[in-house]
Amino acid sequence: MTGRPGMAVGQLRATLAQLAARHSVTGHQALALSLFTAFVSITLAITVWAGRGRRSSEEFFSGGRLFSPLENGFAISGDYLSAGSFLGVSGLIALYGYDGVLYLVGFFVAWLGVLMLVAELVRNCGRFTLADVLSARMGERPVRIAAGISSITVAVLYLVAQLVGAGSLVSLLLDGEAAHARTWTVGGVGALMVFYVVFGGMRATTWIQVVKGALLLGGSAVLTAMVLAHFHGDVSALLRAAAHGSGHGAAYLRPGLKYGGSPLARLDFVSLGLALVLGTAGLPHILVRFYTVPTARAARRSVVWAVALIGAFYLMTMVLGFGAAALVGSGAVRASNAAGNTAVPLLALSLGGGAGSTGGTVLFAVVGSVAFATILAVVAGLTLASSASVAHDLYGSLRRGHGGPSNTPDAREVAVARLAAVAIGAVAIGLTLYAQALNVAVVVGVAFAVAASANLPVLLLTLFWRRFTTRGAVWSVYGGLVPSVALVVFSPVVSGGPGAIFPRLDFAWFPLQNPGIVSIPLGFLVGWLGTVLSPVPADPGRYAEVEVRSLTGAGAA
Amino acid sequence: MDVHDGGGAVRLGVQDPWTEALAVGPWEEHGGPSQRPEPGAAARGEPDRTAVYRQVQAGEAFQEVRRRYRRFAFPAAGACLVCYLLYVTAAITAPGLMGRPVAGAVNVAMLAGLAQFAMTFLLTWAYARHARLRRDRAALELRWDTQERVR
Repeated sequence: MTGRPGMAVGQLRATLAQLAARHSVTGHQALALSLFTAFVSITLAITVWAGRGRRSSEEFFSGGRLFSPLENGFAISGDYLSAGSFLGVSGLIALYGYDGVLYLVGFFVAWLGVLMLVAELVRNCGRFTLADVLSARMGERPVRIAAGISSITVAVLYLVAQLVGAGSLVSLLLDGEAAHARTWTVGGVGALMVFYVVFGGMRATTWIQVVKGALLLGGSAVLTAMVLAHFHGDVSALLRAAAHGSGHGAAYLRPGLKYGGSPLARLDFVSLGLALVLGTAGLPHILVRFYTVPTARAARRSVVWAVALIGAFYLMTMVLGFGAAALVGSGAVRASNAAGNTAVPLLALSLGGGAGSTGGTVLFAVVGSVAFATILAVVAGLTLASSASVAHDLYGSLRRGHGGPSNTPDAREVAVARLAAVAIGAVAIGLTLYAQALNVAVVVGVAFAVAASANLPVLLLTLFWRRFTTRGAVWSVYGGLVPSVALVVFSPVVSGGPGAIFPRLDFAWFPLQNPGIVSIPLGFLVGWLGTVLSPVPADPGRYAEVEVRSLTGAGAA
Repeated sequence: MDVHDGGGAVRLGVQDPWTEALAVGPWEEHGGPSQRPEPGAAARGEPDRTAVYRQVQAGEAFQEVRRRYRRFAFPAAGACLVCYLLYVTAAITAPGLMGRPVAGAVNVAMLAGLAQFAMTFLLTWAYARHARLRRDRAALELRWDTQERVR
């Protein structure tokens, strides 16, 4: 007689649990949707407010150059901390432990190079883009076209990574009609970013970065505090629990779980590490940030702020990744998303009290909408940087031809930039719909490698090498850009494996996922070769001008 | 950070030459940024302008600013790149050493990673301090001087 009521109670309990689960899913969806809608409406209001009645190119491309170092520091960290860090790296830590930490170190140490070799000098020599710095001493037309093409390539690759991230995030939030929702989300995010850039220009984009940077840092701080409180502030206990939760034991806390395999895998990691540490200084959307402040000193101080904010965020990311392994477990993280991209949302759910609890629902929704805000803001910054390259570098030099006045104003450049934002948005959306199976972190690594190969050598050689010539500059850009892109095309990212863009084809003769270790030295080498083979030597007068201007700020815009 | 370089220029008074300069900058009056010709074209068109830059570049004051900048930035950037590459190499070649426990669950690898963070924070602070104390003032004087002469 005890069997039947027991079964009935069991059934009832199961049904209730199902109902509760379903309720919580719709609950967190509704909450996440409304939080995200709030963020979008605030940013749209900022865009409309910031974009009123401002037409000059100074305003459109650099926001009037009057942001404070603190504001720009938040904006830089907003531009730099993409979905790749917040979702991707924390997920890698949750799955592979220490090997995820290696990413953070590379992303962070890179800022020393930006601070000491790039930020101030670029601020002093340029006006809107990377190409301005180069054309301060080189033949304007060829270097502008080269640097414009490479900046646009980097920005589009980075854009694709962000939009792929948005797609995976939405299929987590709305599990079920995933493929359909993904396509719509990618399209919606793309449309929003075009709106921000077209109507708000740099001023609105900067304010959106500031808001997003503050949201991201605040959200992570709350979660980090909760993880640490859960372990009563005992980091050692957190690490032990993480090693236990990962199922790998002590191996989880030392390097080698992800990159410790074959010698080739290790070489691939060195290549990635080189790209991460050198690529930051060549990212176009970071370089344009230095033009939004009035002086080189302000540019330096904004980088100091950015280093403080980014460093704090990465330390918190470590805690969150280990916390996800400890409290959610690597198995549960992997079951939700094989690449680990959902570790932090799952951690939030568990910290709030688990699925079905109010606290869990709220935290999950908050984290989901912060991640969306992150993607949206980074995407807007990238679109602005690449549309500036199209208008100011490509359109500007093609229209001017060889000898014309290089200072023709700018209303037409702004109009072209707006059109370019629409076009780049469309291209990136198209590519993303095609490349949704790709791993976000891999694409980000490739974008860094292209930036480090094509943009960094030419920038450093222009600023510091007396004998560098126009031919050297042009060769350096193409000598880094073409090999890095070509090696990616023939790498396992594009063909020859289950995770590739064309899994059925196999033309992958280059064994590494990241081309950095080959293409970055090539960028420097070809730049040197072009200089040596130059028909005319470098003009010492123009180098004198660049050197004096870059270190003193004389005549800076 | 104490002051904003942007909006509050008028309030700040004299102790911050950069912000003050922004408020009254002489270059604002003779053709704001948008009217300034691009340097490349200008250098070709005006030989005396190039001559000024070459004189400034050869001058002792500029040589001193450049020496101070390069003596700090080049070794520091090189050293941190080497440190980072050593760290990456150690991570892939010596996981055993990196896994040696130090205190509780904290091992050598954790400390090495945190040391990279500490290095970045510390060098950032040191570079900003060096630039502020040893370079900014001299560079600003050179800036006004050069702009006066180029004009």
